[in-house]
Amino acid sequence: MSVLIFIDQADGHVKKAAYEAMSYGAAVAAQLGTSAEGVVLGPVSDDLAALGKYGVKKIHHVNNPALDHFDAQVFTKVIAQVVESTGAQVVVFSNNVDGKGIAPRLAARLKAGLVPGAVSLPETGNGFVVKKNVFSGKAFANIAVNSPIKIISVNPNSYPVKEGEGTAEVAAFNATVDAPKVKVTATNKVTGEVPLSEAEIVVSGGRGLKGPENWGLVEDLAKALGAATACSRPVADVHWRPHHEHVGQTGLAIAPNLYIAIGISGAIQHLAGVNRSKVIVVINKDPEAPFFKAADYGIVGDAFEVVPKITEAVKKLKGMA
Amino acid sequence: MKILVCISKTPDTTAKIAFTDNNTKFAEAGVQWIINPYDEWYALVRAIELKEKDPSIVLHLVTVGGADTEPIIRKALALGGDEAIRVNADSRDSFYVASQIAHVAKEGGYDLVFTGRETIDYNGSSIGGMVAELLDQPYIPLAVKFELNGTTAIINREIEGGEEVCEVPLPVVVSCQKGMAEQRIPNMKGIMGARTKPLKVVEPVAVDTLTSIVGFELPPAKAGVKLVPADNPAELVRLLHEEAKVI
Repeated sequence: MSVLIFIDQADGHVKKAAYEAMSYGAAVAAQLGTSAEGVVLGPVSDDLAALGKYGVKKIHHVNNPALDHFDAQVFTKVIAQVVESTGAQVVVFSNNVDGKGIAPRLAARLKAGLVPGAVSLPETGNGFVVKKNVFSGKAFANIAVNSPIKIISVNPNSYPVKEGEGTAEVAAFNATVDAPKVKVTATNKVTGEVPLSEAEIVVSGGRGLKGPENWGLVEDLAKALGAATACSRPVADVHWRPHHEHVGQTGLAIAPNLYIAIGISGAIQHLAGVNRSKVIVVINKDPEAPFFKAADYGIVGDAFEVVPKITEAVKKLKGMA
Repeated sequence: MKILVCISKTPDTTAKIAFTDNNTKFAEAGVQWIINPYDEWYALVRAIELKEKDPSIVLHLVTVGGADTEPIIRKALALGGDEAIRVNADSRDSFYVASQIAHVAKEGGYDLVFTGRETIDYNGSSIGGMVAELLDQPYIPLAVKFELNGTTAIINREIEGGEEVCEVPLPVVVSCQKGMAEQRIPNMKGIMGARTKPLKVVEPVAVDTLTSIVGFELPPAKAGVKLVPADNPAELVRLLHEEAKVI
């Protein structure tokens, strides 16, 4: 009996979302009076013992080169073997790109109830109930998991990373690993920029910026803040910005600590993708823009005048100017 | 080649979200229902494009729901597809729905199953993965591009900060999102044709549910926007640093 956490890695490095999953899993283990263990698939270069700082007591490492690339089918079968061997009662994933591939498969394989997109720790007073986002961030649902094994995938940026003391015991896990059917032929990463899905701060631009030639405004502020850049749907649709920057109902849904919207009116479809942000700042010259209703801070003004001044003030704050 | 596209009925994006029965049920009164946008714009339209390129492709749609989902499935058929299958059951949980779809998929022997990346009501992103596991097939989540080369699928999927390109032999289950295709509007010919396309109703298979919804909550209301004068943007930076503590 234990809580097992899937520690997601890419290129040998533990992902940021995995630190959140570990912190969450350790808290669940403490709640249930059991210990938190982790599973790592594939070769890694990070020091796994050091992950003990995040509350994980033991790490099962399946160091098989066939697991170097993501194949949800193969990964699921391996994790199921670790679940069986450890007798894990709760399995924790991050609800990130890989978690969305594996967690539902594992749920179907183990006939385990899944809460995808959990936003807080389970209530274990009466049953096992986990809160998740529903209606694209417009409400929450409390989900009771009624199966012996429970699977939770935690929404990125909804549970804080908790770093303490400790070293994890790292044990090689000998699993049967199927030959992957998925062959990865290329990885196209935008280098040198903060990935939007992992960013703590996001600066986003809309039609109010009038044209792609004005995006320097957004980029300069993002650079000063160490933020990722994003855009609204109309901007992506007219190709001012690449589609992977589109946040909203049909684009990427994000939950950064700070979302700064410049020249975006705040249509309900856009809000659906960003309303899980902790703090929302809206800069728009139209005081009637619906986005102000969803904002924490706002400036009614011309972005072309206001934004460069904000960038300057940020640089000053950070000692960059 | 046979393709199955999973269609879900969801409240319109702009629907008011409220609950009844002591916050245990979604308030459906006055709600407009639509095809889940991810199912429609990306999964279904991409499948239609594949069929346009290769008319020998057989394209079926499946939904799990009561008779009230029929207008939605007819609307999907107006966009394209040869026939639809409705599993006559209300959704109980994602495992229940996925098991029904997997049963239909197994019976039909499909080479490809497309789902949307998530529904805009439950936001589970679970059905595709569960169906794939129940069929023991590979699964590519969050696909942004899909091409066929004989019996191999070439798929780009979203990863943190970019895309991964992979090749998978069919059969495969794929969850689809933006990038896969562009939104279409059904034309009159499609709407007329959809009326006579076969819509098979099948009874559900017996499946245990694993989770249940205890209740819903609305997020706490925002305190209201704090406006900073446009001539003093530095004040905004101070507030974000000292008050909100986010920079």
